[in-house]
Amino acid sequence: MTNYIGKAVKRVEDKRFLTGKGRYTDDIVLPGMLHAYIVRSPYAHAKIISIDTSAAEAMEGVVKVYTGKDIADSGVGGVPCGWQINFKNGDPMKEPPHPLLVADKARYMGDGVAVVIADTREIARDAGDAIEIEWEELPAVAHAKKATEAGQPLVHDDAPNNLCFDWELGNPKEEVDKALSHAHHVTTLEFTNQRVIPNAMEPRSAIGHFDESTDKYTLYTTSQNPHLTRLLLCAFVLGIPEHRVRVVAPDVGGGFGSKIFHYAEEALMIWCSQRLKVPIKWTSDRSEAFMTDAHGRDHVTKAEMGFDKEGHIVGLRINTHANLGAYLSTFAPAVPTWLHGTLLQGLYTTPKIHIDLCGVFTHTTPVDAYRGAGRPEATYLLERMMDVAALEMEMDPAELRVKNFIPPFDGVNEPGYQTQVALQYDSGDYHAVLKRALEMVGYDDFRKEQAEARKQGKLLGIGFSTYIEACGIAPSAVVGALGARAGLYEVGQVRVQPTGKVSVYTGAHSHGQGHETTFAQVVADRLGIPLDDVEIVHGDSESVAFGMGTYGSRSLAVGGSAIVKSLDKIIDKGAKIAAHKLEAAEEDLEFADGKWTVKGTDKSIAFGDIALTAYVPHDYPEGLEPGMDFSSFYDPANFTYPYGAHIAVVEVDQDTGQTKLKRFIAVDDVGNVINPMIVDGQIHGGLAQGIGQALFEGAMYDENGQLINGSYMDYTMPRADDLPSFEIDRTVTPCPHNPLGVKGAGEAGCIGSTPAVVNAVMDALRPFGIKKDLEMPLTPERVWRAMHS
Amino acid sequence: MSTRITVTVNGQAVTRDVEGRTLLVHFLRDTLSLTGTHVGCDTSNCGACTILMDGQAVKSCSMLAAQADGAEITTVEGLSQNGEMHPIQEGFREEHGLQCGFCTPGMMMAAVDLLKNNSNPSEQEIREALEGNFCRCTGYHNIVKSIQYAAKKINEPEKEVA
Repeated sequence: MTNYIGKAVKRVEDKRFLTGKGRYTDDIVLPGMLHAYIVRSPYAHAKIISIDTSAAEAMEGVVKVYTGKDIADSGVGGVPCGWQINFKNGDPMKEPPHPLLVADKARYMGDGVAVVIADTREIARDAGDAIEIEWEELPAVAHAKKATEAGQPLVHDDAPNNLCFDWELGNPKEEVDKALSHAHHVTTLEFTNQRVIPNAMEPRSAIGHFDESTDKYTLYTTSQNPHLTRLLLCAFVLGIPEHRVRVVAPDVGGGFGSKIFHYAEEALMIWCSQRLKVPIKWTSDRSEAFMTDAHGRDHVTKAEMGFDKEGHIVGLRINTHANLGAYLSTFAPAVPTWLHGTLLQGLYTTPKIHIDLCGVFTHTTPVDAYRGAGRPEATYLLERMMDVAALEMEMDPAELRVKNFIPPFDGVNEPGYQTQVALQYDSGDYHAVLKRALEMVGYDDFRKEQAEARKQGKLLGIGFSTYIEACGIAPSAVVGALGARAGLYEVGQVRVQPTGKVSVYTGAHSHGQGHETTFAQVVADRLGIPLDDVEIVHGDSESVAFGMGTYGSRSLAVGGSAIVKSLDKIIDKGAKIAAHKLEAAEEDLEFADGKWTVKGTDKSIAFGDIALTAYVPHDYPEGLEPGMDFSSFYDPANFTYPYGAHIAVVEVDQDTGQTKLKRFIAVDDVGNVINPMIVDGQIHGGLAQGIGQALFEGAMYDENGQLINGSYMDYTMPRADDLPSFEIDRTVTPCPHNPLGVKGAGEAGCIGSTPAVVNAVMDALRPFGIKKDLEMPLTPERVWRAMHS
Repeated sequence: MSTRITVTVNGQAVTRDVEGRTLLVHFLRDTLSLTGTHVGCDTSNCGACTILMDGQAVKSCSMLAAQADGAEITTVEGLSQNGEMHPIQEGFREEHGLQCGFCTPGMMMAAVDLLKNNSNPSEQEIREALEGNFCRCTGYHNIVKSIQYAAKKINEPEKEVA
C-alpha cells in the first residue's frame, strides 16, 4: 500500500490543469498592476539615430516610456553570462555587454529598444507603435561560418572576426590526423545542424513588483530556475539585496531549455517597478517569442571518421562553427563545448577524437540550451556518420554499430568507461538496447519488405540511431573547472509536520515533468506513508531555501537525491526517538513500512507517533533537538549517462517528396524508473521534438538577418497527424552513483530521434543514388528536388 | 467605442461592456477572470484558446467578444458538472494526456467537439481532429489515448475502462 516506486501513479498536479485552475504567470493579476510593451528593433543590425517618445507619452493611459538611454543612465549593467570559455591561447572569451534595452544600436531583429508602461496591454501597444525611431540600417550576418570570414560586419566591435572563442577537446590533433591518414576508409560529411526554436506553448511572461512600504521586490516569471534568476538579477544586473527579492515561478507551461535563462525582460520589469512603485506585467506574444526566446542548435560542421578494414573506428576529426547569436545567453558558451564536444565518443570505442570549434557572434537571436543542448548535435553528427559510413563500406548500419560498441560495464564491479573527451560513463549495456529495438522493428524481415516495396515503386526506409547523453548536471567542482560560474548541486528540504504529514521543498522546478507526483512517490515510499500525506513545494524562493532548477535531465538524479539525503536524516533522527520510546538500542531497530520495530519482536512505533513526539518532546531522548525538519544539498559525484537505440521507418512519396513517418521505435535506458507513466510521457515528448527537427522545424534568416518564418503560419511544428503512435520500451541499468539509481529521461527522446529519421529518409532515397547529404528539415520540397536532380 | 454584450458562460448569463476590439479570449480571461483559456499564439494556429460556443469548438482568439453576444459559451472551467469530472478530463488524467497543462484546456475542448460528432473515432480521425491544436510536451501519443478513453467512457458509462 505504501510501495510507490516503479508504479504508474496518476499525477497529483493534474486536477488544477484539467479544471482550468492552473496558475501561470499571465493569469496573475495584482492590484494596481500596469502593463508593459517592449518596442523592438525591426532590423538585425541598425544604429539608433533618434527616438521620439513624446507622442506615445502624451497618449491617455500611458504612464511612462523608458528607453535604452534611461537604463544606461541609471548605471544598470547588462544580463550576465553564467559560463566562461577561454580561447585556446588562454584568453577569456569575448563577453560584450547585453543591455536590458539597447541605447546605441540593435544587434538582432527583436533587440529591445524602449518599454511603454500603460494602464492596459492594448494602450501600451498602441503607444509603442507611436514611438518614432530613426534607424540607420547596417549590413548584417546571420550565418556562423560566414560571420568569421574577412570583411563581414561585426556584431561587437571588440570581437574580431565575430569570434567569441575558439576551443578544442580530445586527443592531440596530430594523433587524430595520423589515425585518419592510416585509415582504410574515411567517411567525410559536411552539414548544418539547423537552428530550431523551442516554442514552449506558454509564451514568456514576467511581473515585477516593488513594494515601497516593505522595501521588497517580487518577480513572477516563467522560469525553470527561479533561484538562479534571483541570484543573477540581484548580484549581476540590478544590484538589489537578494534577501529582499522573492522570485516565484508558478505553473510554467513548458520550457525545453528556453526558460532556464535570465532574460532582460525579468530585470526590466523589476527596474520599471522600482521607479513606478506598482506591479508591472509583460507577456510575450508568439511573434515576440519567436524573436526573443533563446534558440537552439545551429552548428556548421565538417566531420571525418576513419575506419580500419573490419569497420572499427580508428579516429574522428571535427571542425564546427557554433552560432551563439548576438549576445551571450546564460549558458550559451557551455552548450557547443562541454555539453557537445564531450559526447563525441558516443557509444563507440573510437580511440582518437579531436574537435575544433568556434563560438561565433551573428546578428541573430541568442542561442542557448534547447532540449538536449549539445548532445543532440553530437548524436546527429555521429549517427549520420555511422549510416553514411555503413553505406560507403557496404556494411549493415546496425552491424557497424555493434562492432564498435563499448562492451557492457556496470560501474560497480567494472569501472566506469573513460572516454577520449573528458567524461567517464557510469554504467551501460549498449548492445542490449539496439538488440531490443531491432527485435521490435522486425529487422530481419524489414529488408525483404523494403526490397518488395521498391519493386512496386514504394520508397520505404529504415534509420538507426544509438546515442548516449550526459545528464544529472553536474558535479560543481568539475563544472567549475570547466568554466561554470555556478555550482550545480540541488537542495531538498523535508519538513515532517507534527501530525506526520510531510512537506517537501525542492529547488527543482516542474513545468510539465510531474515532480509533484514523482518526488512524492519517492518520499512516501521511503517513509512508508500514504502518497496523500506528502506535498511537494517548488518554484518560490520564499518557501524553498535555494535551488538550481530544472534542466539537463537533472531533477530526479540531483534534486531527488537531495530529498533522499534529507529523508535519511529524518529516518536517523526518528530512530533515536523510537529507541527512547521503545526502550531499545538504536542498532536493534529496523525501519520499514512506516514504523520502527525492535528486530525479532512485535514491538514497534509508527512514523506518525514519532513525528508527534518530535514536536511534543515531553518523553524524549536527552540532548536531542525537538522537531523533524532537514535540508540537504546534494552535489553529484558524476554526470549520469542515459542511452538508447531509436529506429525510424519512413515512406517517401515519390511524387510529392512527402515523408510519412510510419513507425518509430525507441528503447531507452534511463536507469531506475520511479513512475513509468511519466517517463514514457517524457520520451514521447522528446521524440516529437527530435522528429520535428528532422522533418519540419528550422529557423530561417535571410541575408539581412531577418527571421523570415517567425510565426506558426511559417514555422512548422509537428501536429498530431504528422506523428505515429510511438513504440517504446526500455532496459534498466541503474546509475551506480546516486541513491535512486536514476539517470534522467527528459531529453533522451529528443537526442536520439533526429538522426534516426534522417537516416531513414536517406535509406528510402537510396535507389536515387543521392550522395550529397540533405539539409534538415527534410521538407517535401527538399526531398523532391533531391529525387529529381 | 464600447458595446454591451450578454453571453452565457458556463451556464451563467453575464452582461458587460466591451471595447470593440476586445478579443473573446481576452474577455474571458481579463473581464471574467476565466484564466483556464490560454493564449499561445497570435495567428490562430495553436488552439490553446479553444472553447465551445453554442456547442462548437472555436478559437476564442479569432473572434471579437462583441461577436459572441447572445452566445452560449463553455470554457474548461465549465467542463465538470456537480463536482464530477467530464469523461474527457478523466481520460486526460488516466492516460497522462497532459504535462505542462498549457494546451490542455484547448485540447479537451477540441476533443469534446470531436466526440460529439463522432463518438467512436479511429486513431487517424482523432489525430486529424487535433490539427488545430499544438502540444509541445506529449508528442500527442497520450492525448490520442486520452480521447480514446473518453470515447469508451461516453459510450459505455457503466463499464470500467481498461
